[in-house]
Amino acid sequence: MKGEKIMSEHALHPETWVDLYADYLFNYALPRVSDTEIAKDLVQDTFFAALKSAENYKGDAAERTWLIAILKRKVIDHYRKVNSKKGKAEIRINYGSNDESEGSWLEERVADPYSKQEINALENEELRMAIQDCISKLPKKQALVFTMKTIRGMDTETICNELDINPSNLWVMIHRARTALMECLNKNWFKL
Amino acid sequence: MISCKEAEEICNKAQYNEATFWEKLKLWFHIFMCKICAQFTKENSKLTTLCQKADLKSLTEGEKAKMKHDLQDRL
Repeated sequence: MKGEKIMSEHALHPETWVDLYADYLFNYALPRVSDTEIAKDLVQDTFFAALKSAENYKGDAAERTWLIAILKRKVIDHYRKVNSKKGKAEIRINYGSNDESEGSWLEERVADPYSKQEINALENEELRMAIQDCISKLPKKQALVFTMKTIRGMDTETICNELDINPSNLWVMIHRARTALMECLNKNWFKL
Repeated sequence: MISCKEAEEICNKAQYNEATFWEKLKLWFHIFMCKICAQFTKENSKLTTLCQKADLKSLTEGEKAKMKHDLQDRL
């Protein structure tokens, strides 16, 4: 039975997927599709596809790595669909429409593959996944409070109301979360 | 002088712009005397910078609850 396979030795635990990996996958997908709704759907599709092919999971890769591999294919599929709808990619260049750039040449508008921007984008991607990875190692409540406060920028009062805690609880949790994150990033990635 | 625990809390609040001017003043005075808290403040601020640079996004609790629900249906 499918259920048995899921519960077997190199087990998958789909009931924990959303808590453990949803944000991680979401942060992987979002910059690739630049649309919150699409990124969210891709994450959901990834979970469904993973469930469907649970029998193929051999347990040789960590659950998360396996999910990321599925998500990668989902992103590619997404662009295939988009491109087949449009037929062709569109390229628009507003050449000469901007007074300031008048007289500049097309070559100047072509991206330099080694441009600083792209290197930054790559670094940020690594950084993003590194931080998200460390967040997912936090105790659930700490991760939640840290995410609400730091990533979603919610104010203290709102969080306290929503989670039914008092401000000093909140700051204790923020302190533990931040300390753990510093340690995690220090150990695994960079010197802070 | 404030305790290290108080200094840490002010430092954490400062990361979210929720420390008052006086709190920050007390923190700076403490840091001037306390190497450990000075290091903590330095790393804590770096964490803030990194988080901003990473531009992390997150799904809301509602969105996650819905995902969980939909996933549960297929289990």
